[in-house]
Amino acid sequence: MSGGSRCTPMTLPQAIEEVDMRRFTYMIPKSLDEAISMHVAHGERAKYIAGGTDILIKIKERKAAPDYLISLKHILGPDRPLFSQETGELYIGAFVTHRRIETSKTVRTRYPILHDAVKNIGSVQIRNVATIGGNLVNAVPSADGAIPLIALDAEIRIHGPKGRRSMDLLHFFLGPGQCDLETGEILTEILIPPVLPRTGSAYLKFGRRQAMELPLLGVGVVLSLEEDFKTCCRARIALGVAAPTPMRAIQAEAFLNGKPVDEKTLEEAGKIAAEESRVRDSIRGVAWYRREMVGVLVKRMGRKALQRIHETHGRR
Amino acid sequence: MGRDVSFVLNGLETHIRIEDHWTLLHLLREELGLLGTKEGCGSGECGACTVLVDGMAVNACLYLAAEIDGRTVLTIEGMEAPDGTLHPLQRAFVKHGGIQCGFCSPGMILSAKALLDERPDADEEAIKAAIAGNICRCTGYVQIIESIRSVTRKAEEKVKVMAWQADEET
Ligand SMILES: Cc1cc2nc3c(=O)[nH]c(=O)nc-3n(C[C@H](O)[C@H](O)[C@H](O)COP(=O)(O)OP(=O)(O)OC[C@H]3O[C@@H](n4cnc5c(N)ncnc54)[C@H](O)[C@@H]3O)c2cc1C
Ligand code: FES
Ligand code: FES
Repeated sequence: MSGGSRCTPMTLPQAIEEVDMRRFTYMIPKSLDEAISMHVAHGERAKYIAGGTDILIKIKERKAAPDYLISLKHILGPDRPLFSQETGELYIGAFVTHRRIETSKTVRTRYPILHDAVKNIGSVQIRNVATIGGNLVNAVPSADGAIPLIALDAEIRIHGPKGRRSMDLLHFFLGPGQCDLETGEILTEILIPPVLPRTGSAYLKFGRRQAMELPLLGVGVVLSLEEDFKTCCRARIALGVAAPTPMRAIQAEAFLNGKPVDEKTLEEAGKIAAEESRVRDSIRGVAWYRREMVGVLVKRMGRKALQRIHETHGRR
Repeated sequence: MGRDVSFVLNGLETHIRIEDHWTLLHLLREELGLLGTKEGCGSGECGACTVLVDGMAVNACLYLAAEIDGRTVLTIEGMEAPDGTLHPLQRAFVKHGGIQCGFCSPGMILSAKALLDERPDADEEAIKAAIAGNICRCTGYVQIIESIRSVTRKAEEKVKVMAWQADEET
């Protein structure tokens, strides 16, 4: 900060200064262990970087000032989602880009909720480099990648100085911008357990426009039906920007369980989810409006999930 | 300190010593003097800095120069033929009024190229998705979409049919 007189115009010079990159050393490890030992060696002065779409902006805006950036992009591993016919699980490496998920046929056909979400993250330019792991570790309440993965009961694997561990994704988020990672730990994999037969899913990022905007809300619904194609045997409703962390509307899910899925029950589930949400006023929308929209969108996504079940089973 | 990187820039083998904190945008504009790639926001929002790395559209303002080692980079300067003939996309932008002030044009054209290389028959929806990260404050996008659409394979086929019909009529 320069002292200056009271009337110094400050907008222009500052704006230019803000986009300057600060000096750092860039390190390119080839394995997880190498990356972790580099991080351990430099401690808090180091940060990991994957796609860099978040961390580089933070550095430019002086919100982060690492002396060492440790790249995760050159660590070998599958560069796209992998579906196991044997176990029915979907495996996504944390360093896989949104674009690779968006263009995966398996994801589009079997996990439409995830396709809905990633195809609207940023722009093609952002999706070509930004990773799903970076999206989760960022832990912003609006992280578009988090909501569908939570709704799909995703589990994550973490590798760190003390070894490996896994946990369910829902509990990974501790607060806005805060996740359950200790210094040096790397999020390595996302694992989606097998989906039940007769399952449909959908996600909507709600804002003024689909591309390039932080949403007012993110709503993801996964529904599984009994053999009668009516009764709900499992429901997952996950909400983004509805609380300080991504959340599940557990009561609304429980309400749907065992009931026929129709306009009436979806309407009621929406109302319950709206009650459960902890939306707040923000510059992008006031709380009462967002709460109302939780109800509307849960119903709408429920309807879409249902429609997708019928489509994939050739029914109307 | 610094680090040596080798990459192919607009078809030319390039070896250069860079600093770790340089972005690809800095390298192109400030060190190599390629001013066709623009800096708008510097934060991934406007797309003015769009270039192709290994054929993929990226924001050069958020791409570290250290990451281009061993890769191929295409900027707007590499779009025209060696004899100066404009690329069909560039000609289309001129012809259809896809350019006004021109600040967004290099980025727009490269985003469009990445799309058409992958999907030569892209429809309007795909075109809109491909340029969603490129902001234009002049044209209102209609002429830009029209410019890109005019060089898609579908449009070419249609144009041929229409030209033939027109011949019949006159
Ligand atoms: C213009 C623009 C538009 C955007 N639009 C959206 C949007 O629509 N929706 C949305 O959700 N997000 C959006 N984002 C935010 C961001 O791009 C995404 O969250 C992205 O997925 C982050 O991934 P990355 O690989 O680029 O992260 P990076 O910047 O590389 O990393 C982010 C943070 O996570 C850490 N990290 C990264 N990977 C790992 C790992 N595997 N293990 C441990 N730590 C790790 C890094 O140290 C860093 O602190 C946008 C960003 C920009 C610039
Ligand atoms: S300058 Fe890179 S996106 Fe605006
Ligand atoms: S022509 Fe001026 S910004 Fe697009």
